[in-house]
Amino acid sequence: MNYAVEVENIRKTYTSEIGTTHALQDISFAVNSGELFGLIGPDGAGKTSLFRILTTVLLADGGKATVNGFDVVNKYREIRSCVGYMPGKFSLYQDLTVEENLNFFATLFGTTLEANYELVKDIYIQIEPFKKRRAGKLSGGMKQKLALCCALIHKPAVLFLDEPTTGVDPVSRKEFWEMLKRLKQQGITILVSTPYMDEATLCDRIALIQHGTILSIDTPQKIIASFPHPLYAIKSPEIYRLLKDIHAYENTLSCYAFGEYLHLIFKEENHNDELLHFLTNKNHEQVVLKPIEASIEDCFIELLK
Amino acid sequence: MHVFRDRKSLLMLFGLPIVQIVLFGFALTNEIKNSKIAVLDYSKDNVTRAITHEIEASRYFEIAINATNKNEIEETFKKNKIKSAIIFPSDFENKLYHLHKARVQIIADASDPNTATTLVNYLTSIIQNYWKEKISTAAVPLQIIPEVRMLYNPELKSAQNFVPGVIALVLMLVCVMMTSISIVREKELGTMEVLLVSPFKPILVILSKAVPYLALSLVNLIVILVLSVYALGLPINGSIVLLFAVSMLYIITALSLGLLISTSTASQQTAMLLSLMGMLLPTILFAGFMFPIENMPLPLKIFSNVVPAKWFYIIVKSIMIKGLGIESIWKETLILLVMTLLLLILSLKKFKVRLA
Amino acid sequence: MRETVISTNQLTKQFGDFIATNKITFEVYKGEIFGFLGANGAGKTTAMRMLCGLSKPSSGHATVAGFDVNTQPEEIKKNIGYMSQKFSLYEDLTITENIEFFGGIYGLTNKQIAEKSKDLIERLGLVKAKDQLVGSLPLGWKQKLSFSIAILHQPKVVFLDEPTGGVDPVTRRQFWDMLYQATENGITVFVTTHYMDEAEYCNRVSIMVDGKIEALDSPDGLKKQFNANSMDEVFYQLARSAKRSDN
Repeated sequence: MNYAVEVENIRKTYTSEIGTTHALQDISFAVNSGELFGLIGPDGAGKTSLFRILTTVLLADGGKATVNGFDVVNKYREIRSCVGYMPGKFSLYQDLTVEENLNFFATLFGTTLEANYELVKDIYIQIEPFKKRRAGKLSGGMKQKLALCCALIHKPAVLFLDEPTTGVDPVSRKEFWEMLKRLKQQGITILVSTPYMDEATLCDRIALIQHGTILSIDTPQKIIASFPHPLYAIKSPEIYRLLKDIHAYENTLSCYAFGEYLHLIFKEENHNDELLHFLTNKNHEQVVLKPIEASIEDCFIELLK
Repeated sequence: MHVFRDRKSLLMLFGLPIVQIVLFGFALTNEIKNSKIAVLDYSKDNVTRAITHEIEASRYFEIAINATNKNEIEETFKKNKIKSAIIFPSDFENKLYHLHKARVQIIADASDPNTATTLVNYLTSIIQNYWKEKISTAAVPLQIIPEVRMLYNPELKSAQNFVPGVIALVLMLVCVMMTSISIVREKELGTMEVLLVSPFKPILVILSKAVPYLALSLVNLIVILVLSVYALGLPINGSIVLLFAVSMLYIITALSLGLLISTSTASQQTAMLLSLMGMLLPTILFAGFMFPIENMPLPLKIFSNVVPAKWFYIIVKSIMIKGLGIESIWKETLILLVMTLLLLILSLKKFKVRLA
Repeated sequence: MRETVISTNQLTKQFGDFIATNKITFEVYKGEIFGFLGANGAGKTTAMRMLCGLSKPSSGHATVAGFDVNTQPEEIKKNIGYMSQKFSLYEDLTITENIEFFGGIYGLTNKQIAEKSKDLIERLGLVKAKDQLVGSLPLGWKQKLSFSIAILHQPKVVFLDEPTGGVDPVTRRQFWDMLYQATENGITVFVTTHYMDEAEYCNRVSIMVDGKIEALDSPDGLKKQFNANSMDEVFYQLARSAKRSDN
């Protein structure tokens, strides 16, 4: 089996006036060819450092990595011509129009928009009405689409997307992920990072990453299945008081807010009725308690403990 | 409070006035000391020897050569070795005592009119002083008449001095600042990251940044030249081709300096500050068109040698004002060329194919 | 009758031909957490800037903490707290210095600052780190500290612009705990977020589309109104109809 990306004990440390940061601590993983792989973790987890190392713009302090079979240190030229990269910051020329940006990137990679039109068609038709507009004047969602178009223009074998949906509203985010799914069907390997846990389930496999270490790496389904406790959702009209009272309950292992519900893990099983009784004594009304399946976010919280 | 935490800005804030006071107060004066002069004495009598001695003893002058003929003096002027010359005609003492008057010729390099005027004044006053002492012992009033010749710039136009200076300054400003800022902006925007992760060679990124500014600077140069010729009536005495060739060289020097700055800074502000402080100030101070370099203390004199503008200024003056050819400026050009090559190699080496 | 802390009437801001905020009218009550949602460019930031007294409305009225945004912007600034995702604290000052600085800005006496800063540092568990530069703290801690400082002077309202973007899920919850605590002390919280689960934590939520407020109710009320299972669905139904997206 050929891996699209292979990472072995990659290590990166930053030293500055304010101290030493271990951005990546001996990270190892592999991404299969044609896979949609997600790096899920909050800001400062090390996602951007890892992406920069893999796209050869940053050197690791230790370890080895290959992209499309090429070593990131010695064969950086080869990698640069076969990957697409969309950094976290918006990286297009604000004072060029949409069309000029596309042509510029096409020329940069020695190709034309027409040559790989099939690949970007889906996305391009959405931004085509604005092609005479300057990139700086585009909306957030449109900028995202244009950046993706530019990253795809040379039909890369591996696509690196660093937090493409950060700060983007839920609707645009949903559209963006649908585009990624379609790209995947065209056989492109995609590595995407995101701080939004709810996007994890849209990936084939994910790595949960925090403080420069991988907490868990598997398919979202398997990560969810490996959640070690039975999980309950509970709610009442006075949700904050409910949270405080449940924290005071002796058989609570952990309880935290989760959307409109609280998520609850008991120390020992079969205390549901006892808890409801306890809460009734505290004057809680209309309490709803039900068992639920864990989400990736629950798993992340569990792994952070 | 956080103003004090920012050591670099503080250093700049306090360091700058100190450096400037020291520079302007002590090092940079318009007074001229030890100016190189050539003496051509056809008479070699007591009076001429006495005057020559007076000149040598004065702190304003330093005798560079004792010439034997006029050609030699002209040659030395061309080589920029002297700023002024004094010529005593033959039979000076005889004429003085028998005809009661004698002429002495003073020649000054007026491509820098201020210095030239000052030098001429110094020389005449030395002669007058010497003569005043003598006159009390003499019976009849005797006269020494100085004949002044302002070389290169008989009308003492100040444009002759500042136009080459402005060229040196503007080219430096445009090239260094614009290149460094435009490259650093790509870094800030994140576009550099994308450019790097493409098969595009880093050297081409630099070239594509540098070429437009090279063109812009040439246009700038043409505008300045046209203005100075038609508005200020300043002639271009030397070869225009040579002038442009040397300017190209200077522009490339400035471009590589800008590149060097951009490789070592991360924000547009720092790049701007660095080009202003690090480039503009030395160019103004040490190019020689505001403050004569000859008068600076030795450390500053030595320092002025690494300022590319100094050499460029000498070259432009030589070509434009003095109408000299490559044979007179090959040394300066060579120095500039070596500087350019060094800077170019250094900046290309420092330009990273990676981010950090 | 609940006390009204923010009240707007036909509040409008126009930039040239572009109507960023179009006649919005709503009220926020004392002690509630009010979620201010909308797609990128729906006009949230513009509206928030007007309410903070940072920009003058083109037309319409609004009062914040009892002061008029048109005529008393300086009074408003004294009575509100503000925190955004991007900037809030000085990275090159220590935690203690930041507290002293912002306390000073809001006119607290030295004694008050000393008391509050001790209390705050203990509550956040930052005793050991109090002389560290803020720049060296993890993002989550910065945001918690930054919020504590924004409410240091007991403002009537605190405005939060995407305070939890990129923060890890555990710290995000601790942050919301702090918001609840603040409301118990009578502070009103006005918050924008892109996390739809956080919208559920708000007492009431408004959703802006193309400069107008298209929906305003409790999360439960909105879900009933749009016949949806989650706030995510509600948002999707509303924002999908948006014509424009951002500046």
